[in-house]
Amino acid sequence: MCLAIPGKVLEIQRDDQGVRMGKANFGGVVKQVCLEYTPEVECGDYVLVHVGFALNKVDEAEAQRTYQALSDLKQLGELETPDLSTGPFVAEGGSS
Amino acid sequence: MKFLDEYRDQKLAEKILQEIRRTVTRPWVLMEVCGGQTHSIVKYGLDYLLPKEVELVHGPGCPVCVTSLEMIDKALAIAALPDVIFCSFGDMLRVPGSECDLLIRKSRGADVRVVYSPIDCLKIARAHPDKKVVFFAIGFETTAPANAMSVWQAKQQGVKNFSILVSHVLVPPSIASILQSPLNRVQGFLGPGHVCTVMGHKEYEPIAARFKVPIVITGFEPLDLLEGTLMTVRQLEEGRAEVENQYSRVVQREGNRVAQNLVNKVFEVCDRKWRGVGSIPKSGYKLRWEFREHDAERLFSVKEIDTKEPDACISGLVLKGVKKPHDCPAFGKQCTPEHPMGATMVSAEGACAAYYAYGRHLQGCRPRTQEAEVMAR
Repeated sequence: MCLAIPGKVLEIQRDDQGVRMGKANFGGVVKQVCLEYTPEVECGDYVLVHVGFALNKVDEAEAQRTYQALSDLKQLGELETPDLSTGPFVAEGGSS
Repeated sequence: MKFLDEYRDQKLAEKILQEIRRTVTRPWVLMEVCGGQTHSIVKYGLDYLLPKEVELVHGPGCPVCVTSLEMIDKALAIAALPDVIFCSFGDMLRVPGSECDLLIRKSRGADVRVVYSPIDCLKIARAHPDKKVVFFAIGFETTAPANAMSVWQAKQQGVKNFSILVSHVLVPPSIASILQSPLNRVQGFLGPGHVCTVMGHKEYEPIAARFKVPIVITGFEPLDLLEGTLMTVRQLEEGRAEVENQYSRVVQREGNRVAQNLVNKVFEVCDRKWRGVGSIPKSGYKLRWEFREHDAERLFSVKEIDTKEPDACISGLVLKGVKKPHDCPAFGKQCTPEHPMGATMVSAEGACAAYYAYGRHLQGCRPRTQEAEVMAR
């Protein structure tokens, strides 16, 4: 229910009632989005959208930083990689 | 970046899992607060990938689940009135009230409509000035700005035939209530990323300090959830109890002030009854007096309806993280998504419904969702 997805803002305009609206692209699907709560957002920005409302701008630099930090986590040596043939999705007796 | 696929990368997931395995030295119980997080965890089988020391229990953060039976019955009573167009998010339509659900009401002739956004209801209200348009305004803090805006605009634009039936719930009082329970097992939280996008994470700081629990505000994709788990486990292992923010690409400490301002103009905090849990003080929103002309509860003055849940249902204990869905003898037998007995089965984001959807009611083998297979490679 709290589902919110990132979309790229394509255009911004005011509707008949003066409400700040825009169009955003969600992986190919373009939808109307209310931008009243994100006055700083410009075309080309990514916004996080929930039930037709942009809740916040997605901070691209921060996203890159976190992603890089994860990529930089020390990888175990190849030999230490766990044997996945005994991995968690093998059929077994009792449910868990 | 598209901010989605990058966070489903199996190789990075394995790196984080290795780091969790390296970090953990003893058993910990973590709760993910949000139903959307539960859904991702079960869909991607993340709980099966974690070391056995790290147990995930599932929190109360599914607003469809926790909307009280009384409120559903009120919705059903209003929807049955001849001059009403009753609008709702799709997930509420199959939630059973005492007698039937909204979909059955619709099949019997009531004008029940599914909308994507509460703003759509204003268009419907303008197009049907002879009808009363009612929106079932459920949700956590994430949805409050949208619902607040619909009422605000209705008042500003003089759309008098639009009202909302409010059943809003708030996260912080519910997690405080879980921590106060004598049955509590939860030692750390994966906090609700989208709730905090709106509200910020400042209000979680007193809870972390008072109950000495780490709270890590976490996103919804597999890598978000694994990183949130790693950050929580690190805090527990190091004896820290702080609020940290894994979901920093959208969450700031202060949240979205513009949205909070409008929410506070339209709503005020009230006590709220949660399905499966009972009444929690100051755990909901109601409309302020200035907006009473748009308050469906006042306009339709539906009588309080006496309701009763089946005794066999343990959803209250599941919502508090004390039990898991398969601890219930009725799970997957008498209780299924088609015939739900209680809160955690009524919506796809409820823990019981998520377990059922991904095959966890089946005996003898673990689930084999495509997404879980990819993650487990």
